[in-house]
Amino acid sequence: MRRIGDAPSVRRLLIGAALLLSALFLLLPLVAIFAQAFSQGMAVFWANVSNTFTLHAIGLTLIIALLTIPICLVFGVALAWLVTRFSFPGRRILQTLIDIPFAVSPVVAGLIYLLLYGRNGWIGGWLDTHDIQLMFAWPGILMVTIFVTCPFVARELIPLMQAQGSREEEAAVTLGASGWTIFRRITLPNIRWALLYGIILTNARAVGEFGAVSVVSGAIRGRTNTLPLHLEQLYQDYNAVGAFASASLLALIALLTLAAKAGLEWRASRREALL
Amino acid sequence: MRQLALWRPGSTRVLPGFGLSMGISVLFISLVLLLPITGLFGQLAGLSLAEYWAIITEGRVVASYMVTIGAAAVAALVNGVFGLLLAWVLVRYEFPGKRLLDALMDLPFALPTAVAGITLATLYASNGWMGSILEPLGFQVAYTWVGIALAMAFTSIPFVVRTVQPVLEDLPAEVDEAAMSLGATDGVAFRRVIMPHLWPALVTGTGLAFVRSLGEFGAIIFIAGNMPYETEITALMIFVKLQEYDYAAASAIASVVLFVSLALLLAINIWQGRFVRRLHGGKG
Repeated sequence: MRRIGDAPSVRRLLIGAALLLSALFLLLPLVAIFAQAFSQGMAVFWANVSNTFTLHAIGLTLIIALLTIPICLVFGVALAWLVTRFSFPGRRILQTLIDIPFAVSPVVAGLIYLLLYGRNGWIGGWLDTHDIQLMFAWPGILMVTIFVTCPFVARELIPLMQAQGSREEEAAVTLGASGWTIFRRITLPNIRWALLYGIILTNARAVGEFGAVSVVSGAIRGRTNTLPLHLEQLYQDYNAVGAFASASLLALIALLTLAAKAGLEWRASRREALL
Repeated sequence: MRQLALWRPGSTRVLPGFGLSMGISVLFISLVLLLPITGLFGQLAGLSLAEYWAIITEGRVVASYMVTIGAAAVAALVNGVFGLLLAWVLVRYEFPGKRLLDALMDLPFALPTAVAGITLATLYASNGWMGSILEPLGFQVAYTWVGIALAMAFTSIPFVVRTVQPVLEDLPAEVDEAAMSLGATDGVAFRRVIMPHLWPALVTGTGLAFVRSLGEFGAIIFIAGNMPYETEITALMIFVKLQEYDYAAASAIASVVLFVSLALLLAINIWQGRFVRRLHGGKG
């Protein structure tokens, strides 16, 4: 039976349009990043990447991501368990609240943290008298990064755990398994791929966050500069090749993220086909 | 919906971990998401209503709303069409490179916004790959509102594709067959048979893309040119006020942005909820 849009001419036209537009709009920027980064040769690229300030920015960015992931992981798993395994008043509200970071502009996210924990804020003022500085230092960067990345793990887990239901876990309870055993032996194997994808998304956003971090970091070269802030500074200083060298490292992480997603989806579709 | 039965209010809690997961979730949401918002209201409390109104209706700020909303609307509409095309092609046709195209759809979410920003600015500058072709033809993209809309469209295209795609996938083949066997042309069948199923998802996806565009910062500031009254977006306005240490003005403008984006998010959620209920006969 013929389906809508099956005529060869329509097919060719639509596929052609989609490929052409995607190539111009999505693929070309990706190619441009690497073309610019290597435009003056491998040696210049290497000099840009191994520069002290770049290395420091890479280190800080990785540390922030490494600290963010476990915190978002614990929260995401706890929230997903809570809203998919229990019924209680306010369940819908919790699920809506978790979307706040997606709706809030990154600059506003940075601002609200600056207002509260900056020297003039009501917590920041108290901290200041005790010589603790969170804003314009790495703890501030960590705090806003957690804010912008915290929905990812929960958002990956909730639909999956809802679809799977809790019969397996309930069976385990009736057999006398403890909470930790149930989680480790039943829940975790069921959700591990979604969990992994949640972590990959959290990582991608954590290493790349710009707006929120630029408000609270102060962008001190060699101290509070993350990789996205570092490439912005290089770009503003008319060092485009240096900026794109740093950008290419971030683009590489983005490509690995896409590859991981494609791999996980391929796995899932193969499993579905086997069942 | 077999699982729903387990969540009926009043059913006893069989599984462990209610207290622990509730504790972690509520503590985290309170400390990370809600507490900082109180800081914003604390700052606003220091302003009189007249002062607040004067800040948020200042000429340069109002111009930034216009630029942001106008460019975001154009970007959302373009993405509505482009996203529908991509979702359709990815679901309905087989062709070489389809898996790569599908993977490429998520690039704007995976790529850091600052990287997208400097790349688009470089591509569309007058000596860039795209700019050097477009400018002699009379299309100036970089440092105009077109550039702002382009950057917004780039960062928000996955919202439309990934919202429409699953709905299109779930559409049974009989829907097509019925229309085609009754002799409808492609155009009529698409409009009268497919679109009624798709448009709730299309509106949701376009709405999400619009909200995202309103708040976008990193991808835009490099290509925007940032001329006051002309190409200055509201997120940058907040940033400028902060750099002038005018925390009160930054907070006032931020409160407008925060209110609008939360209201839109709520509206999209309610809209989605209504649509799901209608599909599942009032049970969703």
